Order: sequence, then structure tokens, then C-alpha cells
Amino acid sequence: MYETTYHRPASIDEAAALFAKHPEAKYLAGGHTLIPVMKQRLAAPSDVIDLAKIKDLIGIEATSDALIIKAATTYYDITQSAAAKKAIPAIVHLTSVLGDPAVRYRGTVGGSIANNDPAADYPAAVLALNATIKTNKREIKGDDFFQGLFSTALEEDEIITSVSFPIPAKAGYAKMRHPASRFALTAVFVAQTKSGEVRVAATGASQSGVMRVPAIEAALKANWSAGALDGVKISADGLMGDIHGSAEYRANLIKVMAQRAVDAAG
Amino acid sequence: MGVEGIGARVARKEDKRFITGRGRYVDDVKIVGLTHAHFIRSPHAHAKVKGIDASAAKDMPGVVDVLTAQQLVDDKIGNLICGWAVSSKDGTPMKMGAWPAMAPDTVRFVGQAVAVVIAETKNQAKDAAEAVVVTYEELPAVSSMTAALASGAPQLHPEAPGNVVYDWAIGDEKLTNDAFSKAANVVSLDLTNNRLVPNAMEPRAAVAEYDEAEEHFTLHTTSQNPHVARLVLSAFYNVAQEHKLRVIAPDVGGGFGSKIFIYPEEMVALWASKKVRRPVKWTGDRTEAFLTDAHGRDHISHAEMAFDANNKILGLRVKTHANFGAYMSLFSSSVPTYLYATLLSGQYNIPTIYAEVMGVYTNTTPVDAYRGAGRPEASYLVERLMETSARQLKVDPAELRRLNFVTQFPHQTPVIMAYDIGDFGASLDAALKAIDYAGFPARKAKAKAAGKLRGLGFSCYIEACGIAPSKAVGSLGAGVGLWESAEVRVNPVGTIEVLTGSHSHGQGHETTFAQLVADRLGISVDQVQIVHGDTDKVQFGMGTYGSRSAAVGMSAIFKAMEKVEAKAKKIAAHLLEASEGDIVIENGEFKVAGTDKAIALPMVALAAYTAHNLPDGMEPGLKEGAFYDPTNFTFPAGAYICEVEIDPGTGKTDIVDFVAVDDFGRLINPMIVEGQVHGGLAQGIGQAMLESAIYDDNGQPVTASFMDYAMPRADDVPSFRVSHTTTLCPGNPLGVKGCGEAGAIGSSPAVINAITDALGHNKIEMPATPGRVWEALQLQQAAE
Repeated sequence: MYETTYHRPASIDEAAALFAKHPEAKYLAGGHTLIPVMKQRLAAPSDVIDLAKIKDLIGIEATSDALIIKAATTYYDITQSAAAKKAIPAIVHLTSVLGDPAVRYRGTVGGSIANNDPAADYPAAVLALNATIKTNKREIKGDDFFQGLFSTALEEDEIITSVSFPIPAKAGYAKMRHPASRFALTAVFVAQTKSGEVRVAATGASQSGVMRVPAIEAALKANWSAGALDGVKISADGLMGDIHGSAEYRANLIKVMAQRAVDAAG
Repeated sequence: MGVEGIGARVARKEDKRFITGRGRYVDDVKIVGLTHAHFIRSPHAHAKVKGIDASAAKDMPGVVDVLTAQQLVDDKIGNLICGWAVSSKDGTPMKMGAWPAMAPDTVRFVGQAVAVVIAETKNQAKDAAEAVVVTYEELPAVSSMTAALASGAPQLHPEAPGNVVYDWAIGDEKLTNDAFSKAANVVSLDLTNNRLVPNAMEPRAAVAEYDEAEEHFTLHTTSQNPHVARLVLSAFYNVAQEHKLRVIAPDVGGGFGSKIFIYPEEMVALWASKKVRRPVKWTGDRTEAFLTDAHGRDHISHAEMAFDANNKILGLRVKTHANFGAYMSLFSSSVPTYLYATLLSGQYNIPTIYAEVMGVYTNTTPVDAYRGAGRPEASYLVERLMETSARQLKVDPAELRRLNFVTQFPHQTPVIMAYDIGDFGASLDAALKAIDYAGFPARKAKAKAAGKLRGLGFSCYIEACGIAPSKAVGSLGAGVGLWESAEVRVNPVGTIEVLTGSHSHGQGHETTFAQLVADRLGISVDQVQIVHGDTDKVQFGMGTYGSRSAAVGMSAIFKAMEKVEAKAKKIAAHLLEASEGDIVIENGEFKVAGTDKAIALPMVALAAYTAHNLPDGMEPGLKEGAFYDPTNFTFPAGAYICEVEIDPGTGKTDIVDFVAVDDFGRLINPMIVEGQVHGGLAQGIGQAMLESAIYDDNGQPVTASFMDYAMPRADDVPSFRVSHTTTLCPGNPLGVKGCGEAGAIGSSPAVINAITDALGHNKIEMPATPGRVWEALQLQQAAE
């Protein structure tokens, strides 16, 4: 690791001010991506600004319409949250199969979606529920947030403060874990909004990161059941293929995971 | 026998320091003036080194020196060696390409070192390494054996035309061909034994110190065999003289074979400590472990088995290609030959076997012994073939095995090994009962109704441990003897130190070895200290690998104990005014049999050291040593049955039951034995379902981190059901066979046999990942 200066600001404003002062700075949340690449000397931020201890960034609340998770809330805290379990159990399930216990004790929602790893779990929930990402500057809809591999609508200095997930009528998440990394080899989040819209997002599958799956959405809109997907054919075009699974295998997994997510959603 | 003697489930003495974070590993060694080494490694699989410019790096903060490969050459430091000479079938010696510890002119695998930076801190060494400019001229690389053997392939070593290490054979070719010509049925199979990365929890490390006044070196290193390290470093590399080199292998966090070998980094650290006149530390990181620890397995084989009309085996014909990587590691030559082909008879009466093995160089990390070393490859081949044969011949796989089991002992196989004892039927019967074999069809039907594919697979493995009778291995080309040494020191107060040439790096020797002493004297294990891993403390010993420490290491302790007891009995008889023949040892006392006369061990020990009242002519003291050279290998064997369920939607395989019945001879500590079996099974299951070291066509490693290389985790393995049947080994005084590798040797064929049973066809290779299983299911659907 190259030498760096570590900061632990107490507030969002202080964090933003530090970032403005140090142009080569990076924000740090759970650190599961940034720290390993720094250790491998692939990233060399002059300053690391730790957001994980800012009180205003931690907490979970549910209203009748939305589950709001502040950005630096750890996965572990989400899995333990009665409010989250009641509001959107599928999100709690997603969190419980994310990484391993060590990851869940440090990892954060904000860190996951800001990084936008193409096989991360949370982008699927954000996109399928069209969550609202609140930052220190504005609000961004889930539909507009993800912009391809490791790329988002966030500006360099922008800090995610919370994510507001609309409470759906039904939602489910099913994940095929990557045997080595335990990211999603392919995972699918299905949701039926209170207004009856069906939204389905797959992660771990596409070469361009998290994606909607219109063929499955159409079939579920017509008939919300796993069996309704039996005849759906997912194209392997544009999907990832590697030593852990071919593009055809991932195409199959999109369908199978969607079916299981529908079953889980009830 | 006391409660802590042989057969007792004594909690591991060493675990107190391990689980409280007080283990002392090489990286924990701190010495005043310590410097830190960082190696500059080739990013290319094959390239000429055109130049190294370290001028800028040498001026960077904290840099002590930058040492290059050419300086090794200038100092006449020897190349790395392969210590087992194996000849081709035409009698020509193996073709060993020169392997300098750092490459002066040609690099042959990604990660090979060309230079080393020595600096005040590790970070400063890394900073400076980025300023060293190495100019490479890339050469075409071969990453697979197929590519290496193709006509016109890039050549790795001028010494090895065609990239061939050797073309070796064992057995009688004509007799075997005759058997096949008479066969009623022939079953054939092509299989790949995937390349594995050992991944011990502790990466390799070295701390080297040179005492200029004494001209003496001390090397702390992660070694399974510190005396062998000292011998090799002094006799072959010209770094230090044997009597001027102390090698200490303190607590070592796992080895699995990978820490047998003497690697470039440890050797360079030693050399560098004299060069820079400062102690030098190198601790590998996980990436360096992936790139430079000797890998395991990597075979491609074609096997054929001939049967008569009654399904009795007539013969076995095998052709194997074994990937050596870029260089011949220390014992690499023996692994795919004498540790592999000699086990191809399995548990079966096979009248004739002919096996050919071609060793091949590729631009990949060198390959050597890894838990099981050759024997997993043999059991995988034989047991896949037996299962395939049963299906093809439409015989129950258990019955086909039983029909062909060796039942008379000793049994001479056609491939050198002479099995001393065993009861293969007993292990199989116990395994069939444990798994409820009769109930399997019902379980399969139930699974099918739930949309799952259920399969069951056997593996009746045998292996050779207790490595090894020195004369026998010498006749096969080994450069060393494979005996073991021990010294038992009874202190004046009656406590005992045992100095063993074995080395514990997770096996629990400090407990099991103490149990032997406790058993013989009727004392507590707390009164016994096991000393190992330091060439200044312990007499020359051969170390730990090949499941040898109980059968060979403890047998040496046993012999030394007999000598100690004999002398102690003489002293006790003298003090008790009794006849030596009447003295018995019970509960820490020397008693006159049939009387109440007794003297406690501490009093006997004290008498030995005060020497005030010893029998006439007796030397003072109570300390004896012994060397034990086994007369034969030992042959642990067993029956494993794996039951799986495949989810056809995802291809994910769940192991729903796994039964392991092993015959290890006498068990010293059943709890430790079970732990060894659990770990071995996890590694075998890892090979079967998860692990695979992969290179792209240019020789770049694709799986050089845990993000891509899938190590088994706790939830990847089932709750094992482990039990034992026992035949006592007649070849050593304890009747033990060895248990360290069995799980890794026997489990992978059981898993794949279960998966192919569930699939209904044989077209799958290890690792049977969900993706591969799903593809295999599509093949089947396409065929239907």
C-alpha cells in the first residue's frame, strides 16, 4: 500500500470539505473494494475519507411507503432490523446471502451501489424497486443511477446519504453464488409494485452490469407465477462467460433465479 | 495405559497457543537491524531478460541494496535441484532444465523472480521495486501439455528437447497387451486430474541472519523438514556450510507438501543476509503463494481395464501425461511415477499392469507433491474406472469391487508395492451399512419426485504411507533415505523431552507423540515436551510428509523409549535390590512384579543423574536416541461413499451424505485422526467440485486469488460420517499406518462417481462446478 492520509470526519459536510481540499482523495465506506486495490498498489489515493463512522449516515427507518436505509448502515444491521424485515423481507434476505459474516459486519449499502460491481447484490434491489438514491446534493432514481460497469450517475465528490426503497406489493430475491467470490454468479430481484407494475433486475449476468429483464417482466405481468416463465427464453447475447459459467449458463440462471425469486415473493 | 495413553482422545496441547494467538510463526520473528526483501517477478510466462536497471531504485529511501540474478551467478550459487533421479524407459536420465533461484537470462513462468530489493521496510522495498526497470523480450509460451508437445512448440529448456522431462514406464507391456487380447470386455476412460494450489493458511516466509564473526547463518523458515532444508542449502547451493547453518522451522501454519521444498526465496534471503550484512526477512503474500508455491496434480490420462467373462480384472493399461510446470521441483520427478503408478493396482487383484508416464514442461508454476502426491491421481483413475466398468458391465459397483478385492496378504502387486495387510471387504461392508445402500433407490425416487437428481458413488482407495524404506527408495532413485530419528531425554526430575526429526505444522504431534510416552510410562502428557523444528536442538531428521510421522517418526520414539526403559529398569532393579527381569512399569512407577516394592520415575531419573548409586559400570544419565528405518510402506485403505443431489435448474450439487470408513491401523488419538480425515475430505471435495488452477494460452494465471480460485468453505462440505475398521500394520511396532492424506486421496473419485451416477453419463471433469454440471445436463438432454 502506498502512503495515504486517513480522515474520519464526524459529519457529511466535513467529509465533503475534506474531499474538496484533497483532489486525490477517495471516500471509504466498508472498504471491501478500495482497501484490497490499495494493498495491491492499484489505487493510490492521497487521502482516505472514512464515511463509515458518520452518525447521520447510519440508521434504518420505515414509513408506510418506503424503507429508508442510510448509506453507511452495515449489512449486519440491516439483517437485524425488525423494521426492514417487516417492510421488505426480500431486502433482508438479499443482505443475508451477501458475502460472509465478516463482509456483512463492515460492508454498507452506499458502498455497494456507489461501486456498482457488475456482480454485487444491492444494485439488483435498487433497480428492481426503482429506489431513490439521496446524496448530499440531490436525489437520483434507480433507473438513472447505474451506468455500466463500476460506473454510476454520482459525481466524483458526491456522497450517498440514504437509499429509499418503495415498499412493493411483492418482492423476492434469488441468488446463485459465485463459488469463489460469493458475489452473484447470477441473481435476480423480482418486484411487483403497489400499482401493479412488474420490475425485474438481474445482477452478475450482463457484461454491462445490473440490468432489467423485459422478457421476464412481460411474462410476470401477464401471470405472476414461476410457471409463467417456463417458456421464456433468455438470450445469451451480451452476457458474461468465464471459467465459472458460460453466457448460456448465466442466461439459464436468469430464468431459474427469477422463478425462485417469484416463489420466494409469494 | 493411562487415560492419556494410546487410543485416548486427548485435547491438543498445542492448541492453547494457537487459538489464543500466541503461536510463533516465522513472520513473528523480530531481530535488531532487520531488513525486508521484496522480489521483482516476471509478468511474462516466457521471456528473455535483456537488462535490469536498478540505479534509480538504489537511491530511494530506505533501500539497502538491489540484488540481481547475475550476482547469484557471480557468487557461484548453485541451481535448485530435483532430488529423485527417474529415467525414461530407454534408460536415458530425466532432462532437468537449469533452475537458478533468480533468472539471469530467461524467465519461464509468471512470478519467477529476477531480482530482489532489500530495504528498511517492506513498503520501501515495494516502492523501490517499482523503480527497477527490467527489460524483457517476450517469447512464445506454452501453458498446456498439448501445446508443449505439439510439433514446432516453443522450447523451454535446451536440456529437454520437445519439452519432455522423461518418458517413463512401469510394468510388463507384453503381458498386459496379451491380457487385453484375451479380454471379454475392455472399459476405457479419459480423465483429467485438475491442477491445484496448496494454499496453506500461512504463506511461506524466511528470516535469515548472518553472524560475520562466527561465519554462521540462522534461517527461520516455513519448512516441513528443516534438516533437509539445511542439507540442500549447504550441499547443493553453496550458500552456507552445513555446520555453519541453523535452520529453525517454528510454528508453521500448514504445509500440505508445499513446504517440503527449498524454494528460491528462502535461499535468496539466506544469501542476501550475508551480502547486505543485515538480517533479511521475506514473507510471501497470498498472490506470491498462488504464483510460486509448488502446485499439485495436473495429469491427463487414458486408462483401459480388461475383464474376463466373469468380470474378473485381467489387466490395466494407463498412459498419463504429467505437467511439471517450468522447472523440476525438489521431489517432482517421483510424484507421477513412484508415488502414482505404484498404486494403480488399487485394492484389486490385477494380474498385469502397464503404465506409461510422460513428464512435460510448460510455462507454468512448477508442480510437486501436494497432500497425497500421486496417490490421489492413482485412486481417482482406478476408482473412476471401476465405477465406469460396473456401469458398462451392468454389475453393482460394490459387487464388482468385492469380486476383485485382494483378500490374501501379503499381496505383491505388478507395480512394486507389496500390500502387507488389509480387509477391504470389511471397510466396504461398514460403508454400505452406514449409507443404507439398500435404501438408495427409494431415496433416488423421492429426490426425483422433488425435481432433483440423486446419485451415489464409491471409492475404495488404497495408498502407500510410512514413507519409506530407505534402501527401497534408494534403488528407485531417491537422493535421500527416508528413516526418522528420535531422542528421549529423561530429565533429573523425571520429566521428559522428546526430540523428534518429524515436524508438526498442524498435525498435533505435540499431543500424539506425548501420548506414546505417557502410555509406556503411565504418566501424564503434561510431563512430556515434544521438541522439533530446530537443527540446533534436534538431531538430523527427515521431517513430515507422506503421512509418515506416526509410522516412522513415532516408531523411532518407540525404539528410543525401549532403550530408556531398559536402562531405567536396570537402575530401578539396583535401587530396589530386585532382579531386572522382575521390574514392571506402571503409573509412573518401577515396580517389582508381585510385590509392593516400587520406586517412582523421578527417583530413578535422579539416581541416573546423581550417579551416586548406579550399577557397576553404568554410565550416568538417562537419555537415548534411535533411528528407525521402516521395512515396508504402510497401506492405509478404506471405503468412501458419497451421495449427492443435483439441482437441474442450476447444476448445483449438494453432498447430502458422505461416509468414510478408513483402516489406519492403530489409532493414537482418534479425535486428531478424525480431524485429519475431515480436512483431507474437504480438500478432496475441493478438488472434485471447486478448485482449479487455470492459465490462459499465454501462460497468464487466471486464478491467482481467492476471488477466482474457489477454496472449499465450511458450508461447501457436509457433516462427514467417519468411522474405522482396523487391521494392525505388521511393519512397525505401533501397528499404525498413517492418516494425514487418506481423505484427500479417497474422496474426489467418490464425489465424481456420485455426480456421474446422478447425471447418467460420464462426460464431466473436475472440478464439477455448477456451470459444468449444468452443461453436462444439457448434453444429456440434447442426446435424449
